[in-house]
Amino acid sequence: MIEDKDIIQLHPPKLSSADKLYVSQIAAGMKVTLKHLLAKPCRSLQYPEQKREQRVDNYRGVHRLNRDPKGRVACVACFMCQTACPANCITIVGGEAPWDDREKYPVSFEIDELRCIYCGMCEYACPVDAIELTPIYEPVGRSREEMIYDKDKLLQIFDETVGTKKRKNPKITGYELTGDRSAQGEGTARIQQAEKENENK
Amino acid sequence: MIVELLQNQMVFSGLLALVVIGAILGGVSYATFFERKVSAWIQDRSGPNRVGFFALFRNFHFWGLGQPIADGGKFMWKEDMIPHHVDKPLFVIAPAISLIMSMIGFVIIPWGGLLDVDGKLMHVQVANPDIGLLYMLGIGSMGIYGVVLGGYASNNKYSMLGGMRSAAQVISYEIPMGLGILAVVLTCGEIRLESIVAGQAETGIWMAFRHPVAAFIVLVTLFAETNRLPFDLGETEQELVGGFHTEYSSMKFAMYFMGEYTHMITGSAVFAVLFLGGWDVLPFVSVPGFRLEDHGIISMLLKMGVMAGKVAFFIFFFMWVRWSLPRLRYDQLMRLAWKGLIPMSLGVLVVVVVGLYYQVHDKLWFTLAGNAIVAAVALIAVARSSTPITGRQANMPVTSSAGICGEEVVG
Repeated sequence: MIEDKDIIQLHPPKLSSADKLYVSQIAAGMKVTLKHLLAKPCRSLQYPEQKREQRVDNYRGVHRLNRDPKGRVACVACFMCQTACPANCITIVGGEAPWDDREKYPVSFEIDELRCIYCGMCEYACPVDAIELTPIYEPVGRSREEMIYDKDKLLQIFDETVGTKKRKNPKITGYELTGDRSAQGEGTARIQQAEKENENK
Repeated sequence: MIVELLQNQMVFSGLLALVVIGAILGGVSYATFFERKVSAWIQDRSGPNRVGFFALFRNFHFWGLGQPIADGGKFMWKEDMIPHHVDKPLFVIAPAISLIMSMIGFVIIPWGGLLDVDGKLMHVQVANPDIGLLYMLGIGSMGIYGVVLGGYASNNKYSMLGGMRSAAQVISYEIPMGLGILAVVLTCGEIRLESIVAGQAETGIWMAFRHPVAAFIVLVTLFAETNRLPFDLGETEQELVGGFHTEYSSMKFAMYFMGEYTHMITGSAVFAVLFLGGWDVLPFVSVPGFRLEDHGIISMLLKMGVMAGKVAFFIFFFMWVRWSLPRLRYDQLMRLAWKGLIPMSLGVLVVVVVGLYYQVHDKLWFTLAGNAIVAAVALIAVARSSTPITGRQANMPVTSSAGICGEEVVG
C-alpha cells in the first residue's frame, strides 16, 4: 500500500514571464539552428570518395586463405571451420597432401560470401590459423555464382591483403612450417606452458 | 509589329504569366531541394549532393542540383494508386484544386512596377483588378478545399482528421490575417496591390515599419495558411500518418506538395508587397532605378530581382522556422489564434480606425505608438496570465493513490 506521504510529486519549474511570452524562447531556438546552419559542421562521410580509417586487426570482412612461408595453402583440411560455421557457407573437399609435412590439404575450398554472416567463428576454430577475415567490406559480384569464392580467389585475397594485415602466427598448435615461431603470441606461450605441465604430470 | 503587340496589356500579361509561372515552377522544384539542404545543414548533415545533370562527369555532381529533376521523375513513374474505398471524383479533383488555387494566386502580384514600351506604360503584373487584395484572400481560402476534400474523399479516419483540422485551422487564422491586412488597407486607403506598393515606394516607409504588430501577426498566420510547421496540423506525420494526403501517391501527392510550395511563394510575395514595399529595394531612401517613375527595362528587371530576393528570403525563413520549432498541439494552436492573435489584430485595427477619425492614420509616429501600445498590452496580459497561450501547460491534478489502489491491495 502506497501512502500519500510516500508519493514524491515533481513539478516542472514555474514559467517565468519571458517563458510565457514564448517569443523569446522561439528566438533562442532559432538562434541555435542558425548557428548550425552557418557553421555547417557536417559530420557525414562522402562514402565512395572518402572512406573510414580501417580497423585492420578486428574488422570482420571477406575471408582469405593464408599461405605458409613456402607459398603453399596453409589449410590442413581438418573441417573445423566448416563444422563451426553457423551459416553453413564453407564447403571443403579434402585430399591427401602432396607434401611430406602434413597429411591432408584442401583439394577445393569454397566459401559462399552471400551466405556468410561474417561472425568470424571459422577464424576462431582454425587450428592452424589458415582462414582469416580481412578488412575488405565491399565485395561485389554480378551473380550469385561469382560470390562463391574458391580456393584460388581466397589465396588471391591473401596476396592482396597480406601487406596491410600481417598473417597471424599459429597459436594453438606448434605447427612448425606454417609460420615463424619466434614471433609467437602470448596465447601460444600459455598453451606451450600447459602442455609442458601435462607432460610433467 | 512586336512593339505594337507588346503594347497590348493582354499580350504583355500573357507573356509575363508564362515567364512567372515558369519561374515559380522552377522555384518550387528548387525550393524542395533547398528545403532538404537547409534541414541537412541545420542538423549537421550534408544533404542531397549526388545527383548531377550528365552521366558524363562521373566525379562532378553539380552540388546535387539535379536532385529536383530526379525527384520529379520518380513521382512520374510511381504507381498512381486509387484505393477502392475512396470517393473517386473528389479524390482525383482534390489535389488539382489545391495546386490550381495556389498557382492562380500569383497573377495579381506586382512584380516590377510599370514598363515603358515605346511610350506606353504597361503593368508588370498579370492582372491588375481593382479588388486585388480581395481576390488574393479569396483564392488563398479556396486552397483549403483541396485539403478538406482530399481528407474527406480518402474515406480514412486519419485523412479525415487531417482535413478537418486544416479546415478549422485555416478558418481560425484567416480572421487575424484578414484583420491585419485590413489595417494595411485602411492605412493606405487602397486595395489594389500596385497602389499599395506605389504608396510604400513613394514615401519610403514600408508598412512593416508603420505596423510592426500587424506585420508580425500576418507573418504568423502565413505559416498557418500555407500549412507549414509549426502549424502543419493537417499533416502531423507522428499522429495522423500523413494527414489529408495519407492515401495519395505518385503525381497526386506531388501536386499537393507543389501546391504547398507554390502557396509559400505566393504567400511570401503577398507579404512582401503588403509589408515590405514590394519591389522597393531599401526603406527610407530613394535608390535610382527603384523609384516610382523609373520605367526602363533595366529598372523593371532590377525591381523583379528585388521582389524575387524578398520571396527567396521568406522561403528560407519558412524553412528555418520549420526545422527549428516543434509543432503546436491542437488546443495550443487554437488558443494562439483566438486568444492571442485575434485580440491583437483587433487592437491594431482599433488604432488604425482611431487614426482615421483624427486624420493621423498615415503619420508614422501615430501608427508606431499605437502598435507599441497594442504590443505592450498583449505582452503584459500574457506575462500576467496564469495559463500561457502556448508552451508548457499547468500541472495535472494528482489523484490520491489510496483512491486508485483501494484497500484490497496488500503491500
